[in-house]
Amino acid sequence: MAESTRTIEIEVLRYRPEQDTEPFYQTYSVPFTDDMSVLQGLQTIKDDLDGTLSFRWSCRMAICGSCGMMIDGKPKLACRTFLRHYHPKKLRIGPLEHFPIERDLVVVVEDFIKKLEGIKPYIIPKEPRTLEEGEYLQTPAQLEKFRQFSTCINCMLCYSACPQYGLDSKFTGPGILALMHRYNADSRDGGQAERMELGHSEEGVWGCTAVAYCSEVCPKGVDPANAINQNKMGSAIDYFLRFVAPRGAGK
Amino acid sequence: MKRANDPIFWSLFGAGGMLSALVGAALVFVTGIGVPLGFLVSQDLMQYQHMLGFAHHWLGKVIVFAIIALFLWHAALRIFHMLHDFGVHAGTGAKLVCFGLPLLCTIAAGYWLLALGF
Amino acid sequence: MSAQMDKRRPYVRSMAGWWTRDPYFIRYMAMEATSVLVAVYAVILLVGLARLSQGEAAYNGWLDALKSPLSVGFHVLILLVFAYHTWSWFKIMPKTLPTITLGGTPLPQPAITWTGVVVAVVLNLLVLAILMGVKP
Repeated sequence: MAESTRTIEIEVLRYRPEQDTEPFYQTYSVPFTDDMSVLQGLQTIKDDLDGTLSFRWSCRMAICGSCGMMIDGKPKLACRTFLRHYHPKKLRIGPLEHFPIERDLVVVVEDFIKKLEGIKPYIIPKEPRTLEEGEYLQTPAQLEKFRQFSTCINCMLCYSACPQYGLDSKFTGPGILALMHRYNADSRDGGQAERMELGHSEEGVWGCTAVAYCSEVCPKGVDPANAINQNKMGSAIDYFLRFVAPRGAGK
Repeated sequence: MKRANDPIFWSLFGAGGMLSALVGAALVFVTGIGVPLGFLVSQDLMQYQHMLGFAHHWLGKVIVFAIIALFLWHAALRIFHMLHDFGVHAGTGAKLVCFGLPLLCTIAAGYWLLALGF
Repeated sequence: MSAQMDKRRPYVRSMAGWWTRDPYFIRYMAMEATSVLVAVYAVILLVGLARLSQGEAAYNGWLDALKSPLSVGFHVLILLVFAYHTWSWFKIMPKTLPTITLGGTPLPQPAITWTGVVVAVVLNLLVLAILMGVKP
């Protein structure tokens, strides 16, 4: 049964800036087997039907975060979504929502990369530390405080899910704010005050309106909605106490 | 990066949301269905002398003020966000309506409660 | 390289009607919209307070208006909206809390939701019970 070949109609959004004024859908009849992912479907199109189709991919195993796209209207990783799930209906594939389209299924990610750098995604030591002091010691409980948020693969599905980012790209967005929390919550880190300058602002946690669709679509269970919204309480307390007893942290 | 003033409105939004979630339904039922129909509660529960006595008491004033003010401040932030979600520019006009009106109502509620005396 | 850069013409898509694109967004908008009727109810009470301060005749006018079938019907709608507010409030609440650990194991988010809903049901029934016991 797994080897029987059937055909699925795949509708892909095309956009070639040098020749198209507007994006448009192009339909391909793609032979497929039950074990084929949407990514393999796209590769079949590129290899056999239309070599001009452009899309990002790399690991094929849901760890590199390259193949995020809108599959049947939902942000998904193409390598982890299967054609058999949609057949016999027509499958519509488009580039990730809320990002400008570069070409076909490739979106412009410069904003994401810039913001990623902006939250200082590395351990900022509390005090200068020498090699002789040895490694940091961390209990399992301390690790649990941030471990979940460190599993992000930067696939940007959450940005396609987030209407606040779609409406105003000044908002830092779910994935990067989750990463900010990952470092703030790490017992080895002392950079909360620096990061929370962004965190305490409208571009930070206060741009989130708790839609929480980001957490629904995350392929790694990061739960960025939780990362952001658990910081609202801390940010609010810090806001009210800052002249009395500055805490400077979103922890 | 400019510090957001959201915490003020978010705290009020949270308090109002929690209060309305915990006791709102019961209040709506009693004032809007139970008392008017005399169903499950006495139709005289909200009669003038009774409510006057309630409003004269300091605790009664606190309860009435909390319900009216916090319910309105809960709606304030949510409606402000909704306007933005529907594409309405979240400018000064929107802020004046969404936060100015609850402020006026809060002041009015406080005024009337105090004017009723003790 | 610069020839390629010149050919770039990123296409920005419209956000119009974004919330109609997925049932999840529609549920979110419904949750947000509950606040409108929460405000309306508060204004109804505020009017009652104003009438109370204006004396017995004015207050009884407000009370009589509440007795009309239109008002009772409207309050049934308000009641349903408040119920949806209660449910959606506790559905989203776990996102605002850090993970709670009970004796080493993390408390699942649905457990927080259900606890909240149960507490809300109990408190609402308690308020009703208290008011049922009041015989002026």
